[in-house]
This record gives sequence, C-alpha cells and structure tokens, in this order.
Amino acid sequence: MSKKNLEYLINRKDNQYEVVIGLEVHAQVLSESKLFSDSATKFGADPNTQVSLVDAAFPGMLPVINEFCVKQAIKTGIGLNAKINKRSVFDRKNYFYADLPQGYQISQFKDPIVGEGKVILDMPDGQKEVGIERLHLEQDAGKSIHDLDPQNTFVDLNRSGVALMEIVSKPDLRSPDEVSAYIKKLRSIMRYLGTCDGNMQEGSLRADVNVSVRAKGSKEFGTRCEIKNVNSIKFMQMAIEYEANRQVDLIEEGKSIDQETRLFDTKKNETRSMRSKEDAHDYRYFPDPDLLPLEVSDEFVKELKNNIPEMPDDKKKRFIDEFKLSPYEATILVSDIDTAKYFEEVVFKMGKNKDMKLAVNWITGELFAVLNNKNLEISQSPVSAKNLAILVNLIKNGTISGKIAKTVFELMLDGDKDPQKIVEEKGLKQQSDPKAIEALIDKIINDNREKAIEYKQGKEKLFGFFVGQAMKASGGKANPQLINEILKKKLQ
Amino acid sequence: MSDITKQSLTELVKNIKDKKLSSTEVAKAFIDRSEKSKELNAYITEDFTSALDKAKKFDQKPNLDLKLPGIPMAVKDLFCTKDVKTTAGSKILNNFVPTYESTVTDNIWREGAILLGKLNCDEFAMGSSNETSFFGNVQNPIDKDLVPGGSSGGSASAVAGQLTPITIGTDTGGSIRQPASFTGTVGLKPTYGSCSRYGIVAFASSLDQAGPMSQNVKDCALLQEVISSYDPKDSTSIDFKRNQYSKELTNNIKGKKIGIPKEYRVDGMPKEIEDLWQKGIEYVKDCGAETIDISLPHTSYALPAYYIVAPAEASSNLARYDGVKYGFRAKGENLIDMYEKTRSEGFGTEVQRRIMIGTYVLSSGYYDAYYLKAQKVRKLIKNDFDEAYKKVDAILTPSTPSSAFKIGEKTNDPVSMYLNDIFTVPVNLAGLPGISIPAGYDSKGYPLGLQIIGKAFDEQSILNIAFAMEEKINFRNKITDWWIK
Repeated sequence: MSKKNLEYLINRKDNQYEVVIGLEVHAQVLSESKLFSDSATKFGADPNTQVSLVDAAFPGMLPVINEFCVKQAIKTGIGLNAKINKRSVFDRKNYFYADLPQGYQISQFKDPIVGEGKVILDMPDGQKEVGIERLHLEQDAGKSIHDLDPQNTFVDLNRSGVALMEIVSKPDLRSPDEVSAYIKKLRSIMRYLGTCDGNMQEGSLRADVNVSVRAKGSKEFGTRCEIKNVNSIKFMQMAIEYEANRQVDLIEEGKSIDQETRLFDTKKNETRSMRSKEDAHDYRYFPDPDLLPLEVSDEFVKELKNNIPEMPDDKKKRFIDEFKLSPYEATILVSDIDTAKYFEEVVFKMGKNKDMKLAVNWITGELFAVLNNKNLEISQSPVSAKNLAILVNLIKNGTISGKIAKTVFELMLDGDKDPQKIVEEKGLKQQSDPKAIEALIDKIINDNREKAIEYKQGKEKLFGFFVGQAMKASGGKANPQLINEILKKKLQ
Repeated sequence: MSDITKQSLTELVKNIKDKKLSSTEVAKAFIDRSEKSKELNAYITEDFTSALDKAKKFDQKPNLDLKLPGIPMAVKDLFCTKDVKTTAGSKILNNFVPTYESTVTDNIWREGAILLGKLNCDEFAMGSSNETSFFGNVQNPIDKDLVPGGSSGGSASAVAGQLTPITIGTDTGGSIRQPASFTGTVGLKPTYGSCSRYGIVAFASSLDQAGPMSQNVKDCALLQEVISSYDPKDSTSIDFKRNQYSKELTNNIKGKKIGIPKEYRVDGMPKEIEDLWQKGIEYVKDCGAETIDISLPHTSYALPAYYIVAPAEASSNLARYDGVKYGFRAKGENLIDMYEKTRSEGFGTEVQRRIMIGTYVLSSGYYDAYYLKAQKVRKLIKNDFDEAYKKVDAILTPSTPSSAFKIGEKTNDPVSMYLNDIFTVPVNLAGLPGISIPAGYDSKGYPLGLQIIGKAFDEQSILNIAFAMEEKINFRNKITDWWIK
C-alpha cells in the first residue's frame, strides 16, 4: 500500500487541500476525590451530593492540592514520553458563569506539569508520530441545566472541581482517521496507566478540535477554527469533515477564514460560529495566591517511573516476539488494557501445551462477537479467561471438536460454567475410539447399501452424506477426522 | 470585683483560674458594657445570649487548664463563625451564616474562649477608617467622630473601649496595626503563614494574615500563641516551630540590634511623628538595645505595588459573590443582568473601585506592565529586608504617618486614604511580622503608635522588644467613656 493513496485530501476542481488538526483533549483524572477538595467524583450521583464547601466556593474556603491527582498527571506524562516539569504553577482563569462557583477556574497556564512528548499511532500505511505540546491539570466546572424549568437554570456542582488533564497535541494530525487513532491511543495509554477511564459516554474524555486547511504541499498553516467540546470520536470525525470542507469552500470562493470558536451540532452535522476572536474572553490569568508553586522531586518522579506498567507499544512487541502473534493480532490484543489482561490470563491458564493461534481466534472471534452483541466490556465478559483457556485446551487435545466447542461456549455464557463440566454432563466428549467409529460406520453403510454403491460408481458428492450420517449417529461427537479416514477406507 | 472590663486579658485569665471570677461574671460585665456602647457601632452581630449560656456552661464544669478559660471575646466579622452570621462588612453577605468555623477562631474556642459577637470592619477589609462598612461608621473611643482606623476598626474600637478583653483582626496592608495605632492599643500582624487563612473571608490571599489586638503586649503574646498553628487546610500555612510566646516573653533585649530605616522619613511627615520615632529610639536604647541606621531603598515603591497586587487578587477573590450560591441576589432579566445588579447593589463604592483596578491590572496587555512589575517590586522589597536583617534583629518605624482623623475627612480622597498604609504595607509585601504599640500622643491627645518589624517567624523578638518598650513608655489610654450616657 503506498502512502499516497491513503492521504486525506479535499479535492476541488484543480486544487487539493490538506487538513491540519490539533487536539486539546480533556481527560478526567481517575481519582476518588477532586483536584482541590475531598469530595467524591462518582459518575451519575444525584445532583449536588458530591459538593464540598471548597467546590461551592464558600467564603474563606481554600484549595488544597490532591497529591494523587498530581501523581496521575505525572504518570500520564511518562506514558506520553513527555518531559515532567519539576516546578509547575496553578493559575486562575477568571470568568463568570453560573456553574463556575469561584468565578475562576484553577488551571495551569504558563508552567504546566508536563511538557513536550509524543505518541506513536499504528496507521494502515505504517507508524505515525504525533507530538504532544503539553499536559496540564485543571478543575472541571459544574453543569448548568437549562431544560428543567422555563424560567430558571439549575446548577449541579458534582463535577465542579473534578480534576482534568488537558492534553494538547501539536498540529500533527492530517485526517479524521488519524484523529480517531490518536484518541484511541491516548485512551489506551491512560487506561493502561489507570489515570483516566476513557469513558466518552460519561464525558471522561472530550476534546476541542482545532482545524485548518492549506493547499497541498504548502508549509504555511491556514487560519484555524476551534470546535469546542466534542465528546465522541465519530462526532470529531464528522466535525472535521464538515469544518475542513467549509473552510475549503470559503477559500475557493476567494473569501477568508475567520479565526473563531465553533460548536458542532450533532443533529444537523454542521459546525456553527460561537464567538469570534474579537469576542474572546480576557481570562486575566494570574498565579493562584492560595496555592504555592507545585514542586516535585526527582525521587518522586523516579518512584512513579519505576511503577509504570508495561505500555501498549512494548506489550505489542512482546506479544509478537514471545507469542509469535502477527502484528495485526498483537495490535488488536494490546489496544485495550483489559483485553490484553484477558489474553495474558488465557495464555497463562492454558499451561504448557498451548495453542496460541487458537486462543487468539477464540478471543477475537467468538468472544468479541458475544461482547459486541451484548454491548459488554471485556472486563464484564460472561466467560472468564480461565474457562476460555480450558475450552481452548479441550479443542487442542482433541477432547471436543471446534464445532462442539461452539455449543459448549454457548452454554458457558450462562454463569461462566466450567467447559469441562459441560462436556461431561452433556456427554459432549468427542468420540475418538476408531473401533467404535468403525462399528458406527459399518452400520451406516449397511443401512444405505444403494448409496454406497452409487458412491463407488463415481457419485463422490455422496461422501458428505455419509459424514453427516455418521456425525448424526454419534450425536455430533465423533472425531470428524477419524470419520473421514475410516469412511474413505470403507467406501473404497 | 468591680471594673472587670478594665482588667487585661492576663489578669482575667488569672482571676478565673484562681476562681476569683467566674466566666459568667466576666461575660456579663463585657456584655453590659457592650450594651451601653452601641454608639461606638463596634458590633455588626451581637451573640450575647449565646455567650452567657456558654459562660454558664463553662462555670458548671470549668476547665482551668485552658489558655483562655471562659474568656468572652468578640472577633472581626471577617472570620467565619459556625451558625453565626458573617458579613465581612458587606451587604452582599448580609444574610450569610456559615456552617463552618475558621481555623483561627476554632483555635480560640478550643482554648476555652467564648464568642461575644462579630465586630465591624471595612467592607471586605478594604479601607483604613472603617467608613466603607455597609453597617456604618465605627466611633473611636478616643474621641467622638474620630475614625478608629481600618479595616479592623470595630476590633480596635472594641478593645480600646473595653467591650471585649481582647480581639482578633486581619491585616492585609496595615489593617491591624493602623487601627491599633489610632486607638492606643497593641496589634500584631504575624508572619505570612503563621495563622491559617482557612475560613477567613479573603481580601488579598498573598497578603492576608490574622492577628491579635490587645490592651498590652503580654495579652497579645498569649493570643498569638493560641491562634498561630500549622493548618493543612491552608496551602500557604507554614509548618515551623512556634514559640510559647507569652511564656517566653522577656523584657531583656540587651544587645539587640534595632534598625532605623531612613526611607521611612517621608516628605510631609508631621513633626509629632518624627519626634515620637526619636523617642522610640531613646526607649530602645534605654532598654540596652543598639540602634543602627539602615536603608530599605525600595520603600517608596511599596504602596503603588501594594495597590496593584491587593486589588488584583481581590478582583478574583470577590468573583464568587455573584448572587448564585449564597448571599445577596438582585433580580435580573437574565444571568448577566442578575450578576451586574447583584454586584452593583451588593458591593460598596470602595470595593467596586478595587475590583475595577484589579480587573484592569490583570487584563491582557496590561498584566506585564502592572501586575508582573508589582510582583518584581515586591521581590525587591523582600530583598531590602533580607539585606537589612543581616545587620539587625528588628526594625523600628512609626506605625502611621498621622494620628486618627475625623470621620468623613478623607472619604472623597482615596489616595490620601491609601497613604495611611505607607509604613505598614511593606511588611505585608515581604510577609514579615510587625507589631504596633502605643507610644505617645499628638497635640490633640490622640494616640500614636510605633511599629516593630521582625524577621520572618521571629514574632518572639518583636514581642520582647515591644514588651520592654511598653514598660518604658508606660502609655495610658485616655478613655473618657464619652459615649456612655
């Protein structure tokens, strides 16, 4: 596959345009309590039940940094191969809104906790490196609810003060597919580290998307527009497509692009202007005098570094080297930490005499299909890794056929039953005794003499009939390979 | 025992411990005098009934090991007090009752003291005369229609007028020391980080400090011992070894080196202040200390730097008073309209002025020229002190450039009002401890104070120097009880 074919370009008459995309991802830090208070952060709690005096900005209340959130941010920085800044500063970003109780958001403006880094994307045409500009810690705002009352807006402060990591990429992305791969990779990295659950439905991961276009081959960046707060990969892709085409159309019409903030309307599939550069807020950033600069020691960072788990890129390499998986298989299995964990447990439980290919096929085939149908995460799998390993081993050692295995698998789904027991209870063990099969086949040939003669006369299609009969007679348990061998002998 | 209210805190503590006085007797005496002193307008909220109940409860089972056993005390209305209205002198918090207690007041109640009520102050502690309070002027017990200073004007008036045996104020640019100076009382601004800011309505976070205001230095030392504590709830609280300030208090300051900064001899300073300062120099010498001329070259930049940094922080700190969550809310057509009306009607003129100054200096395009520059000046001022403290143990200056002025005299001249803070502001900018003690009178008989500035965390030294000077000065406040009919 040549790289050229995969290039994402927008074509107009004689002109081709390249799309330049940079993302500001807001990832909710996985933490029991908020960034500057000890309130809980559980998703879906009743409104205003997870709000402390600090979160609601009562007079005289002061923020105190949650060390765990700092660790989470540093770990993420390590996962992004980024520079960890030993000194960072919390600033106040001042603006008025009903769901911003302090009247300012505590964020990091000039001195973020994490500096430049990079992530590697596996694209169909090879690997692509995306630069990370920075990662900083900040508070989330509350939620304004406008549709509960005709006159009033309600405010839920449960989210107020929850820790977010804002991960800013360099403008290195060039297509909706790369954006998708980038988000998935970030999500994967953070889930490996346990620093963000990556749950986009619950808003744990959302992004501001910066889009600009330029004539193919141009080195200059075009004027960019920022599409605010897009909360699914699909919407990001749709928004980019729409926005890139809109900008190209403007250029083609000889018009200029205004630098502005836009909103993506998911119902109409279009972006709309929210505010222009002239209307941009003056946030009056200044260092928060309630907080001292955040200083972390080399030892602190080293300790965290030492406890970083194996990351997806390394794991993939190991799966290829150690388990002889294809790069494609390895990529699928490492993409999510829980899948990788599941796979490794299956490998472990299979013991010495294992069939890696078979295990991979069962996980990516039958198991994924079930999870997909039932809309479950692998962590909620109805079949445990242990039992799947037993099942694979039963196939491998010839106790059951692949076909029977599918029946057994169906039965395992109900309460994670032990496949060994299912096989025994239902008597599904494969019939592998050649004498018994021979007897069975003799009887079938005897009962179908005419068909046997026809076969011998050249009607070879009838072989399948005899296999079917033999299988049926054995209740599907006869070893298909033995049936084939014996039948061939007997019908000669 | 008569004249309970004339007793110092130290005497009251001793008499209660010796069982010569009950908490109820003491509380009653101060409540009675407070009731008779409404004209001073020192209180915003009285909590007398509850105070008497607590005093009776204390007497039923007195714990005499505490440092402030059954001592009634009114506090500045900037400290959040659980279940007792806390206004910060503002209409915008007129109906605000905290569900929590500030660390400083909590420390006080835990040592056995009892809340008498909440004392008047300038709105959000922004003022030098207590004239910006939504709850009206406070009268100085020294003379009718005289300001008590600010922003802890109610606190100063209540201590000088003996409405409370002792009190606490807060000091952002001089708000403890200047009113102490104007009322002939003692006021200590501790080192930044000594007293927790948790539960104190914020004015300028990097400058605010709570501190004691008292009749004498010993009382001041005792209360400082109680209120100073390391508090994990305040990220700027500092974990250092705190002295037992009252126990370690000594008048032996022989050999101490006291710096006299030439830059504090400002243009147009009244001769009375100059003379007072000179007298102060003689006093410390009499005590066996040595005075050394020093230079704090950036002093003249302190006031402008302060009036950038403090409003900048205030403009952000006061953003939370938006009518959404608590406090005053005006009706509005929509959210923005509600904000504008709430904040226009809820904040007084001075607060609005400072919010606007603060918003301006933080605006993009102006930040570097104002805020950043002011922070650099602040660093230079800190360096001046660091340099001086290589040669001296403490610094002696006047507390204020004048004595108390008349109510209304400076209300239309904010700059002249701001000049009141000229000697106190550098101390806040550098985060150092400073104490003002009464040292004499001007020609009108109004008290004048001297300020002793210490090294960071060395409250003990300036308390000792103040204690030694106090003996020599032998100041007596001329309170005539003019307001009691």
